[in-house]
Amino acid sequence: MVIEALIKIAIVLFVVLTGVSYTVLVERWVCAWVQDRIGPNRVGPLGLFQPLADVLKLLLKEDIEPLMAQKWFHWVAPVISIAVAFSVLAIVPFGHVLMLGNHAIPLTIASGINIGVLYIVALTSLGVYGITLAGWSSGSKYSLLGGLRSSAQMISYELTLGLGLLSVIMLSGSLDLNTIINSQAQGLWNVVRAPLGFLLFFVSSFAETNRQPFDLPEAEPELVGGYHTEYSSMKFALFFLAEYANIITASAVMTVLFFGGWHLPFVDQLGLSSLAMTIIGVLAFALKVIGLLFVFIWVRWTVPRFRYDQLMNLGWKVLLPLGILNIILTAFEKIYLIA
Amino acid sequence: MLSNYIPIVLMMVIAIGFGILMANLSKWLGPKRPNFQKLSTYESGMIPVGTTRERVSVKYYVVGMLFIIFDIELVFLYPWAVTFDKVGAFAIGEMFLFIVLLFIGYIYILKKGALEWD
Repeated sequence: MVIEALIKIAIVLFVVLTGVSYTVLVERWVCAWVQDRIGPNRVGPLGLFQPLADVLKLLLKEDIEPLMAQKWFHWVAPVISIAVAFSVLAIVPFGHVLMLGNHAIPLTIASGINIGVLYIVALTSLGVYGITLAGWSSGSKYSLLGGLRSSAQMISYELTLGLGLLSVIMLSGSLDLNTIINSQAQGLWNVVRAPLGFLLFFVSSFAETNRQPFDLPEAEPELVGGYHTEYSSMKFALFFLAEYANIITASAVMTVLFFGGWHLPFVDQLGLSSLAMTIIGVLAFALKVIGLLFVFIWVRWTVPRFRYDQLMNLGWKVLLPLGILNIILTAFEKIYLIA
Repeated sequence: MLSNYIPIVLMMVIAIGFGILMANLSKWLGPKRPNFQKLSTYESGMIPVGTTRERVSVKYYVVGMLFIIFDIELVFLYPWAVTFDKVGAFAIGEMFLFIVLLFIGYIYILKKGALEWD
């Protein structure tokens, strides 16, 4: 079991790290395309080796610890960010069950966890520590402001994230991610059954991952780099890695909760072998995640940044009441329409 | 089953290990040519003025407190959401009462101006 888990962790980490590098590259391409430029195309064919070049460059840069910084916290902040971003992936089911002979391998790193949703919520709230500590420990005013903004923003939007999640839990009657996928496979996808919940979750995941239009913690024109102003070399890269890993995780979680995970409608009526079904499932999951990733990038390069008071007003005065309304609506839907 | 959680622990250990390794890698591989200018705090090219660790606007604390209130509400809602359809009308009624009480509190903080940012 431990070896099986280690193999799965190795595969998932490899896929996610490659995914992160190429998400950055694709983001730069999409950005260039939106702004009518060419984008990175020098390193290797079509610029495909650009991520490798970036990582090498960042690795070989000088590691600067500012004199004003609190050394230990300054060092531990990126570690917390990246550890949290990766740990969430332990629970995400990226496929159904792989049958090797008589041995069934569930395609999740940790299978049979009946509190998957709670685990996700708990770890996403830990993510704020990395950013807050980075902002506070750097000893720079820009960093401090970025860290403060980020902590207030993330805890505000965590509420709406949780309220959006509630509709999924109510519809499926379970906190287990596999049960949630199965309930969607039998009925409709949750994005159809709980559109308001999806909207809440979607908007808050932008705020939770510090993405445009909610990227105030790192708003370049006013805060230079925000919480990572005083970071250099690989520690700086870790924040970026964590940010993009968070986007991938958010897309994966959204796929599982609202888009049926590895489930595709009508495929199970084709009468394919179980191996083919598993492969189709993994591919479907990957496609859905890539689609959502594209939405993340697309939104970033088309929507302007919010002002901070607008951000807080949206979170507390619009999304929070909507979230409460969402609970009541979903309760009625479950009792009168589904059950 | 507690053994189901072993992979999660493994994942966390590996993730933390990866972070620690990466955070130190540049220190080992990169050049080391520190000087005072390089190590001083960045403040748009000016010499830094005053200290950073000053008092923080009270609004952030208010947001923190409100978050705790609403987050605890959310924690109460999770077990309810799992079982409410099995308990039936009683669960719905109770939750309505809870949400209405909470909403009165929400209106109160709204009227008090705790959510105003200007």
